[in-house]
Amino acid sequence: MERINRRLGLLSALPIGVLLVLSFLAPLLVVAAFSVMPQKVFSLLNMPDFSAFSVIVSQGYYRSLLWSLGLAFTATAILFVICWPLAYGMAKVFGRFSLVLTLAVVMSLFVSENIRLYGWVLTLMKGGLIDGYLGVWFGIGLPSPLYKIPVIVFGLVYVYFPFMLFPLAQGIAMVPDDARQAATDLGASRWRVLTAIDLPLAAPGILVGSLLCFVLSAGAVAESKLLGGQTVIVIADDVETAFTFGQNWPLGSALSMILIVLIGGIAVFGLSRIDLDAMMGRNR
Amino acid sequence: MPIVADTILRLDGVAKRFGTFTAVHGIDLEIREGEFLTIVGPSGSGKSTLIRLLVGMDVVSAGAIWLRDKRIDAVPANKRPTCMVFQSLALFPHMTVGQNIEFPLKIRKVGPAARKARALELLDLLRLPRDFYAKRVTQCSGGERQRVALARALAFDPEILFFDEPLSALDYRLRKTLEKELKDLHTRTGKTFVYITHSLEEAMVMSDRIAIMRAGRFEQIATADEIYARPVSRFVAEFMGEVNLFAVHGPQKGGLVGKEIELHLNGEAAEIGLGLAANETATLMVRPEFVRFLTNAGTADFVVRGVIIAEYALGSRLQYEVEAASGMRLTVEKLRQDAFSGAVGDDIILGFDSVHIHMIRGE
Repeated sequence: MERINRRLGLLSALPIGVLLVLSFLAPLLVVAAFSVMPQKVFSLLNMPDFSAFSVIVSQGYYRSLLWSLGLAFTATAILFVICWPLAYGMAKVFGRFSLVLTLAVVMSLFVSENIRLYGWVLTLMKGGLIDGYLGVWFGIGLPSPLYKIPVIVFGLVYVYFPFMLFPLAQGIAMVPDDARQAATDLGASRWRVLTAIDLPLAAPGILVGSLLCFVLSAGAVAESKLLGGQTVIVIADDVETAFTFGQNWPLGSALSMILIVLIGGIAVFGLSRIDLDAMMGRNR
Repeated sequence: MPIVADTILRLDGVAKRFGTFTAVHGIDLEIREGEFLTIVGPSGSGKSTLIRLLVGMDVVSAGAIWLRDKRIDAVPANKRPTCMVFQSLALFPHMTVGQNIEFPLKIRKVGPAARKARALELLDLLRLPRDFYAKRVTQCSGGERQRVALARALAFDPEILFFDEPLSALDYRLRKTLEKELKDLHTRTGKTFVYITHSLEEAMVMSDRIAIMRAGRFEQIATADEIYARPVSRFVAEFMGEVNLFAVHGPQKGGLVGKEIELHLNGEAAEIGLGLAANETATLMVRPEFVRFLTNAGTADFVVRGVIIAEYALGSRLQYEVEAASGMRLTVEKLRQDAFSGAVGDDIILGFDSVHIHMIRGE
């Protein structure tokens, strides 16, 4: 009976499986294959020469990769610090107000990321919402924060806020109240409760949130383009340029592969260290 | 505020209100150095709230708590030299047994070698194998976790150790074993233990004194024997196990009359201290084990006639339920070897003597 069940299960999963392989895996394989092709070819029927990778090193494309990783790391760290108190409140303090907060944060996702970023551009630009009103009301002008590196980090923090907040709140909800109380009772200060009890027990949520934010930020392009005005070129920008203006598919593919392998490696390593089932409240 | 020499903790009018609800009404209590005090009460009696006030997890609404000569009711939990074993045990699931036990020592910046030495000592004291030191608490059984929680609390070296129903989740046999171990641990460590439970049995086995709590107040505080034999109220009498309670009154000064009871006293009720004032009402109490089956009504001070309506086997004892003519139900208990020879449905005569009764007055 169990064997029949299993075969029926496999059979039922077949259509979606095929669809996933075709739509998800096949493009990746194509990109992987293109990454080893000679420069500027548009066919996979060439001798692989791995030249794209040497171009990446010789022409300094690794710098955009470092920018991406650096910005992603900074944004993730800031997101963690900002979201922790809020997530703590949602999980342990706010009660029904948490729902309002959740809705408010989720609503922002209903508007396209680009539109929201343009909103910030209009707000922050020279003669924009802030600068304009300051000029009219007080006769003072402020230098625009746009087109600098901090505003890119700000954009990343703003856009990926929900991706840190919700996993973190989920993680903190897993910290048993009595363990916190027992630690306090045994003499632990607030700081000690945070470091010895809260952080380790909320670790799965911290890891999921950080991974999501890091992975998404590392592949993000809109923030550096719209807010940063391409002050720095990030890896996703280079990939796009290689495929479009550059007409160099192998270079774009090679850059993509490096990003995919790096991020994939970090994600797999991170996810292997946590118990997602426990986090979702399921027993194994 | 003068403190009696052997009083370790003193409560002066301690109260706790949640909005309009008062959980604890102005309680006074003196806990003696080294005693095992158990606070017993049904759920909702305020005992959990009280213990949370005592360890500092909640703040008193009124009153003062003194630890020896220091007032501590405003001191936060992590600055109080007391500690609690939780109902849930509240072990830290991400730590090993050793790390759990060493937690309070680490906070006090005790060095790693000294910490480990103390943890191993405590494992010995709690009769846990030393190789448990590296075991994860999540892999321990219920009884083992219990001992780890105790070891962790003892590592803190508290002035007073509080217990919030730590045995309630365990099965019967393990509970019985741990009750005795806890009593033994109390003797060996010489610490003051304050234990709360809803189980009277637990309280009777372990405690030096028992405080019966009801609706946010103490009904009676005394030794187990005293509370069992001389409860101050019907509530305490009924809470302390099976009991037979007769409503009685004094028709005139020095008299005693009850609907179910025939008096066969040698002399007047007043002569043996049982007389009531005129029109005074009281409750006459007798425990089931002191009620005898009689063949002749003249051989007991008090006599009740009735019918056996049920018989229950309680292991070493047998329990009979008897209905008096008035409809009142009585409980009689006999050791197995003293089993009553009659059967359910028999008319019988029950009797008990004045030395075994207790009069609850002033209710």
